[in-house]
Amino acid sequence: MLPAFVMAMALALSLPSCKSKPSDADIQTQVQTAISATPGVSADVKDGVVTLSGLVGSEEEKSAVETAVNNLKDAGVKSVVDNIEVEAPAAAPNVTAADPLTQGVADATKDFPGITATVADGIITVTGEIEQSKVKTLKSSLDALNPKKVDMSQVKVK
Amino acid sequence: MAALQEKYKELIDQVNASGVTGAQISEADGVLHITGTAPSADVKNKLWDIYGKIDPNFLTGDVVMNVNVATAVAGAKVKVVTDETNLNIRKGPGTDQPIVGKAAKGEVITLVGKANEQWWLVRTNDGEEGYSYSQYLSPVE
Repeated sequence: MLPAFVMAMALALSLPSCKSKPSDADIQTQVQTAISATPGVSADVKDGVVTLSGLVGSEEEKSAVETAVNNLKDAGVKSVVDNIEVEAPAAAPNVTAADPLTQGVADATKDFPGITATVADGIITVTGEIEQSKVKTLKSSLDALNPKKVDMSQVKVK
Repeated sequence: MAALQEKYKELIDQVNASGVTGAQISEADGVLHITGTAPSADVKNKLWDIYGKIDPNFLTGDVVMNVNVATAVAGAKVKVVTDETNLNIRKGPGTDQPIVGKAAKGEVITLVGKANEQWWLVRTNDGEEGYSYSQYLSPVE
């Protein structure tokens, strides 16, 4: 008698949970997993309708999240409201283009790792350390940029 | 004669004696500027040797010498004169440009043209084409 009663109770308890629709909390768990790959996105579930919100870096991320959640129909998702906002790309830093001499000096000194060169009023000032065998290449590279002067008096030649 | 021209007399004499065309020697703000076009890479190298002898390691900064080589024209063969490494060949004229090839030290490649005095368009024997820094290219006489 007792076992049959227990079994009946167990059936009565288990059957509804199998057949009824997943609860919003269950859906929320599934959705949470799906959106966890994309930081900054959150989801609210009400009656199987998932509302996504938050901020992502690109349109691709936005649609990827929406698709991932849409794929959870089996978990009980009825529809998705995508309120995710896409962050505007950072404005390009407002740097003025380097003048030709500064750009030329950057190119000319690239292969001399111990050397730093700055440009002011057409004068190139060089500091740092350099092997003796490379000094001529450095100086002729800088002279070829037609500066007013190349000041290497602070350079240490190894 | 100005003191600078006295100090660099041997260099100036060599410029005048070695067939440098369009030679200009002028002084501004305590710096002697020497420009012109040398008939060969050897002549240019000789000028730099003399300059380096008068002002060891070029540290004084009282000369700016910008001498080109006449034979560095489109179609010429140029030798890679890097210190020890391979020479980068880049997509465009600038170190910010992607590297599209390399030429070995000592390799002789073809000068196709010049974007400017610093960046030359070159082609390797394998057909790789791009821009290299002219300081590492010396015309083959």
